[in-house]
Amino acid sequence: MTVSTPTDLLEVSHVAVRFGGLVAIADMTFSVAPGKIVSLIGPNGAGKTTAFNVITGYLRPSAGRVLFKGRDLTQMSPPEIAELGVVRTFQRTSVFNACTVLESVVTALHLRGTTELLGAILRRASVVAEEQRLHSEAEELLDIAGLSHRADAVAGTLAYGEQRLLALAMALAAKPIMLLLDEPAAGLNPSETQKFMELIRNIRDRGVTVLLVEHDMHMVMSISDRIVVLNNGQMIAGGSPQEIQNNPEVIRAYLGEGLTNVKG
Amino acid sequence: MTERGIASILVVLLAVLPLAVNNQYVLFTLTSAGILIIAAMSLNLLLGYAGQLSLGHVAFFGIGAYVSALCSLGFEFYYGAESPLVVPSQPVWLALIWGIVVAGIFGWIIGKLAFRVRGAYFVILTIGFAQVSRMVALNWVSLTNGPMALNNIPPLSGWLPGYGVVPLSGRVENYYLVLAFGILAYWIISRIVHSRVGRALIALRENESLARSVGIKVTRYLVLATVVSAAMAGGAGAIYAHYVRVIDPDVFLFIYTVTMVIMVMTGGKGTLLGPVIGGLIFGIIPELLRHMVRPELQLILYGVAMILIVFFLPQGIVPALAKLGDRVRRKSKIGKTGVLKDSLTT
Repeated sequence: MTVSTPTDLLEVSHVAVRFGGLVAIADMTFSVAPGKIVSLIGPNGAGKTTAFNVITGYLRPSAGRVLFKGRDLTQMSPPEIAELGVVRTFQRTSVFNACTVLESVVTALHLRGTTELLGAILRRASVVAEEQRLHSEAEELLDIAGLSHRADAVAGTLAYGEQRLLALAMALAAKPIMLLLDEPAAGLNPSETQKFMELIRNIRDRGVTVLLVEHDMHMVMSISDRIVVLNNGQMIAGGSPQEIQNNPEVIRAYLGEGLTNVKG
Repeated sequence: MTERGIASILVVLLAVLPLAVNNQYVLFTLTSAGILIIAAMSLNLLLGYAGQLSLGHVAFFGIGAYVSALCSLGFEFYYGAESPLVVPSQPVWLALIWGIVVAGIFGWIIGKLAFRVRGAYFVILTIGFAQVSRMVALNWVSLTNGPMALNNIPPLSGWLPGYGVVPLSGRVENYYLVLAFGILAYWIISRIVHSRVGRALIALRENESLARSVGIKVTRYLVLATVVSAAMAGGAGAIYAHYVRVIDPDVFLFIYTVTMVIMVMTGGKGTLLGPVIGGLIFGIIPELLRHMVRPELQLILYGVAMILIVFFLPQGIVPALAKLGDRVRRKSKIGKTGVLKDSLTT
C-alpha cells in the first residue's frame, strides 16, 4: 500500500464521500508523486470521478483530507484550487459552445491576466498589452494542441475529437502544476487516441503531473508511470503497470474471475 | 460591416435627425425610447452576456428615478428617531449620481443574494425585489408621496455656449442628452464585454463548471455585472425622472421590465447592437401604429410583430443580419475565386 512521503505532490488521505446513505467512497487513500503520469482505474462506480470531484473542489468530502503541496484543498472552491495549480477536464465534452476556439483559450487564460472592471473600461496601454500577450499565449497553446488551423471555428461546431483537444488546451491555459484528465480518450478513434497520448506525454515532459481516469486499458498500460486501482470506493492496489497487470486482486476485481491473463 | 461601423452610422443618423425633423413629437418618442434602450442595454449585460435573466430590472430603474428625484427636491427621512433626517435639495447632477450609486448598491445586494441562485431562482428573486420596491414606493408616503407622485422635479442643467448654465427642459436638448448617455452606456458595455471581465461573464453563461475549473470566480463577476447593470439602469431611471419631471410608483410596473426584455430578445441578446435595434423598433412601432390603426388593433399588431420575430429569428435581428452578411460575403468570395473549399470547411 502507499506510504506517503514528504515529496508527494498530492495526498488523498482517508477521504469518504456519502450521499445520504449511499457510500460513493468509503475510505480512499493514495498519493501522487510529482512529474509522473498516474492513472486511476477501477470498474464503473469505483469512485474515480467522485475522487476527481473531491480533489478539485466540486464535491466536499464527508471525511478525510486532500493535501496538495501540504495545503488542504477540501475547504476550497474550484477556482481557488485551480489558482493553486490543480486543474481538471470533464468526462463529458465540455467547451464554451458559442465561443470560437481562440476566444475559448483566451477565456481560459483568465488566471494569466489581471484586468478588472475599471481597467477594462479605461483600457490603458497596459491592458491592451495584456490582451495581446494573452492572445499570443492562446495561439501557442493551440499550436501545442494542434488546433491552430481551427482557431476561428466556433467551439460547438468542432468534431468530437477536436473538442477534447480544445478542452485540454483550455486546461493547460490555467497553467496547471497538476492536471486531472477525466476519460480524455473516451469516444476517440485509435489514431486520435495515439495523438492524445503523445500530447499527454509531452505535457508530463514539460513538468506537469498528470492524474488520469481512463477506461482504455491499452492507453493506461502504455502511458502510466504508476497506476492506482479502486474498487467500491477503496484503493485495492497501487504500482507500476507491470505490477498491476500481475496483481491477482486487481484481475479479480477489475476484469472478472474468468480472466487469468490480461497482458497486452 | 462591423458592429462598430453600424453603431457609428447609427450615431451620426441620430445626431443629425433633429436638424432634419424638427418635430417635437418625434423627438419625444425617440427620447423616451432612448431612455428605455439604455435600460435595455444594461439588462443585456446580465441577460445576454452573463446569461442571467433579471425580471425585476425595472426596480433599479425606479430606484434610480426616485433617489435622483428625491435628492434634487430634498426630503425628510423618518427612520424612527424623534426628528427626521432632513436632506436639503441637491444640485441635479449630484442627485443623478446618487441615483446611480444607490441603484448600484441595490445591484450589489441582489448579486450577493444570487450567490448560489441561478436560472429560475434568480428570476424569482429579481421579480420579488421589483414587487417589494413598488410596494415601498406606494406605501412609504412620507418619503415618496405614494400614489400622489413626486412633482416638480427639476430638469437636468447644462452649459450651453452663449447661455451659460441653463436648465435643459427643451425637447431637443433632452434628445441630445439621452443620445450622449446612450453612447456612453454602449461604450462602457462594449469595453467590458471585450475584456477579461467580459470573457469571464460569457464563460459563466456558456458553462459555469468549466469556467470554475480554469480559475474563474464566476460569482464575483456575476456580482460585478449586476452592480454595473443596476447602476446603468438607475442612471436611465434618473434621466427619466428629470425628463418627465413627475414620477409615481408606476415606474416600477412589471410591463417596463417586459418591454426591456422584448427589446433585448428581439434585437439579439449578447450582441452590443441588439438592444439598440430592438429598442428602436419596439420603442417606435407603438407610436407609429397610434396614427395608423385603431387602438384595439395596436396591441394586437405589436404582439404579432413580436411573435413573428421570435418565431423566425429566435436569436434576434442583429445575429440574423450578421449571418446573412456572412453568407453574402462567402458567396462573393466563391464567385471570385471559383473555389468551393471555403464553404465546405466552415
